[in-house]
Amino acid sequence: MEPLTWFGAFTWFGSFLGVAITVAIVSGLAAMLLSLTNSSTKGAFSLFNGIAVVLLLVVGFGYVYGMMSGGGGIQMSTLARMLGVLVLLGLFAAMLGYFMNTFFDDPAATMGALFSKALLAIAIICGVWLLWTLLFAGSGHRAYVDGLAPDAMPDAETLAAEKRIAIMQGRGIIASIFMRFMPVWISLTVIIVVSMIYKRKLGLYGKLYDNVIGMVGFSLVMFWVLTAFYTGVFDLISTHGPLEQASGMKNKLPGTPLRGAESGEYAFYLLGGDNLARDVFSRMVKGSVTVIIIAPLATLFAFMVGITLGLPAGYFSGPALNRESIGTKIVGALFAIIALAILFTSGISNFLIVLVVLAVLFALMFKGSLDTVLSFLANLILAFPVILLFYLLVTPEIVQTGLPQYMAIVLFFFPIIFVAVLINSRFKTQPAKNSKYLMLTLIPMAIIYAVTINAPESKINILGALDFFNPDPGVLVVFVSVVFVNSPTVFRIVRGLALDINSRDYVAAAQTRGEGPWYIMLWEILPNARGPLIVDFCLRIGYTTILLGTLGFFGLGLSPESPDWGSTINDGRKLLMIYAHPALPPAFALLSLVLGLNLLADGLREESLKD
Amino acid sequence: MGLFILRRLGVMLLTALCLTFVVFFLTNLYPNLEKLAKTQGNFRMSDEQVESYLTSRGYLQPLPRKYAEWLGIAPGYLSSDTEGKPVGRCIRPGIEADKVPTRCGILQGDWGFSTVFKEPVSVIIGTRLALTAKLMLWVMLLMVPSALIVGVLAGMREGSRTDRTLSTASIASTATPEYVSGVIFIALLASSRYGVSPMLAEAGLIEGKTLFKGTATTAMEAANFQNFFLPVLTISLYGMGYIARMTRASMAEVMTAQYIRTARLKGVSFRNIVMKHALRNALIAPFTVIMLQIPWLLNGVVIVETLFNYKGFGWTLVQAAGNNDIELLLGVSVVSVFVVLITQLLSDIGYVFLNPRIRIS
Repeated sequence: MEPLTWFGAFTWFGSFLGVAITVAIVSGLAAMLLSLTNSSTKGAFSLFNGIAVVLLLVVGFGYVYGMMSGGGGIQMSTLARMLGVLVLLGLFAAMLGYFMNTFFDDPAATMGALFSKALLAIAIICGVWLLWTLLFAGSGHRAYVDGLAPDAMPDAETLAAEKRIAIMQGRGIIASIFMRFMPVWISLTVIIVVSMIYKRKLGLYGKLYDNVIGMVGFSLVMFWVLTAFYTGVFDLISTHGPLEQASGMKNKLPGTPLRGAESGEYAFYLLGGDNLARDVFSRMVKGSVTVIIIAPLATLFAFMVGITLGLPAGYFSGPALNRESIGTKIVGALFAIIALAILFTSGISNFLIVLVVLAVLFALMFKGSLDTVLSFLANLILAFPVILLFYLLVTPEIVQTGLPQYMAIVLFFFPIIFVAVLINSRFKTQPAKNSKYLMLTLIPMAIIYAVTINAPESKINILGALDFFNPDPGVLVVFVSVVFVNSPTVFRIVRGLALDINSRDYVAAAQTRGEGPWYIMLWEILPNARGPLIVDFCLRIGYTTILLGTLGFFGLGLSPESPDWGSTINDGRKLLMIYAHPALPPAFALLSLVLGLNLLADGLREESLKD
Repeated sequence: MGLFILRRLGVMLLTALCLTFVVFFLTNLYPNLEKLAKTQGNFRMSDEQVESYLTSRGYLQPLPRKYAEWLGIAPGYLSSDTEGKPVGRCIRPGIEADKVPTRCGILQGDWGFSTVFKEPVSVIIGTRLALTAKLMLWVMLLMVPSALIVGVLAGMREGSRTDRTLSTASIASTATPEYVSGVIFIALLASSRYGVSPMLAEAGLIEGKTLFKGTATTAMEAANFQNFFLPVLTISLYGMGYIARMTRASMAEVMTAQYIRTARLKGVSFRNIVMKHALRNALIAPFTVIMLQIPWLLNGVVIVETLFNYKGFGWTLVQAAGNNDIELLLGVSVVSVFVVLITQLLSDIGYVFLNPRIRIS
């Protein structure tokens, strides 16, 4: 069986695409350089300047570098060649600029228009090619069947199999991948079209559709969300199992046919095989599930922690505790429980250390404000290099000690506090409603909390048989440490916002009305800080994705077989210079998701500032 | 000002103490010690053997005592193993038994002995830090000027096409972590089978098989453009976008200031407005960002040194953490924590010098 080619049977579009891309690159570069200088009268000279500066920077860097590193640096002949190219390009640029100045009023704008036309042309050519390929793939096979003599005709089953293979080969790798993502394309189109129609009624989300960058970002993010959804729930899109190995497929190039594929099986490895003969494409698709579940959820938890601690830190000034308040009793009791728990679980020496630390904290809270204490703790965590922290926290040895579970006990408790305080501060005056809402939210949350923390064969195993949900300990430790790393930053942002909003009139009005401090924090300050928080939430999901990739890259936490992008990049990088195809797809997948989130955040920021 | 710096130094010392204690605590948890014993002794040790190994070397003392020994407040642990040879914290190969000091800790200037590299920690950190400093120097030389140029070009005309293009490019660069860009660069530029190298080699434009080298191991002794540019570029690219965006924001803000409008109305040329009036004020904010970026670069350094096999500080961190080399890990974390805190301090002080309107109380 022939391997798949990238573009399938119809390659006529290549020459058109080449022309369009060349025009796009040339006009784009010219437009950029011309608009940098913004002087159409001196266009020729300025264009020369622009190109020369860029090239001189490159040449200069190489040259200085060669000198300072003492020989062995860049070759003089190469430098001379680069200078020659520089002179030629300069001359070309000068001539181009001169001509354009003579013919056009505003060369930069003309080039810009040409550039966007070229982009449009590229899109149209690609679209037409894709449509053509999808419609007419396998036409060669049809002709071949029509030409067969009736007695040479194979039976229907073989014919169908042959036809399927022929269609795939006609499509090529790109169109086949496009077809695999079909559910995603359909849903994405529906979402975008519906949102476009109702965009005026959709608030900030609807305004996103007025912003090209935001829309591109949103589409990229939704692409991966939908991919994770379809492959995680319905097992669509991916062609093979993430752990399936096929004989003879080790390090095979993209489009290699599967040896002895059975009838139900997908007959090709679309993006090749990795060093354990697994399908790169399926692993990339399956890897999205881990990221799409963990990254937003961990960010959400980090936000809960950051908000619950950051709002009071920014709102209350003056000493955090005094002798009379209830807070003193609560904090004292909490500290006592922690100290006792340590005493009974891990012995006297640890108990003494914890006792000293808690006593110092307690004393500090009487002296300094809550802000001072919490900010010191946040800065303490932030002073750690992230990777060092990961190497200390995310190891199988640490999982054995149960430390991630203890951290989960603390960190996962914050959402419960947050929701409880949120509801209680609002409905305090209506006891019936208050207790109803509290029960409706807190009981499920408490159950989820208990079963998540509890794990068989670990230090915390109280529930026993009642424990119906056990996250993989590797995933739990990754989750907890990512939340732990992210929360101090969120804390600082929320604290800053609270300090800023504190001085607004509506806060003073609420205080005059006699509202409680938690009502003011959660129902006056927090809603008014939502703009920056939403933007930061998007950015932070991207950052969390990068952190997850970093963990995978160092082989920490998740099992080495896991198809998540960081681990697959780590797998692929060992043979990178010989076989590049296993490492590149997950790298580009991660890149596109993070880029999408960043663009989305940028679009949201722009749109929310317009109000 | 003096008082401010003193107070900051005090906080810094306290932070360093807290953090080293946390590292100490985590590395001294029993499963970690067990791993240490097994990697140092052999992997088939029984539980009793592990315990006797750890006890004879003083690893099973109470935590505060061990920490005090590391600091050099308490005398170092000393005992003898089954054959009667003295073992303990302060015993180093090549030192006579009667010359072993009683205390050996940070206060005595002794950073301990690495169990992986079999060398004093101070020596390892010294040589590795020098290698990383070389890497960082070139990163700074490439990253800062290009980020500032991009930021100023984008910010001088807010909302223009240049601005939008450059801003999107800087967003893209912040969205590309080092392990992604590094992998892409190696595949594109340093592979003899993929990317541009085969084409260039065929055309006879480059000597050798690849345009750049995919590993930077040779760059430790003799760095040149070929073996060192890719790691430098990979680290710079991630930080570049962020600095560029900050510079852009600051430049855009300055360009809307009253005195710029005045200058424009007086008929000063655009080039002079940008170069003489706006630039100086616009570069104050990025200074802080650049200083605060240094600890961030530390992460990049760890990733890139692992990816390109450049045996510097980050590579040492990975080795120390992977093998639970307690004293080396403590040394590494002290250094990195001080890098973070000192850059914070410098950025605060530098900000005051650059912007006389700000006073530190």
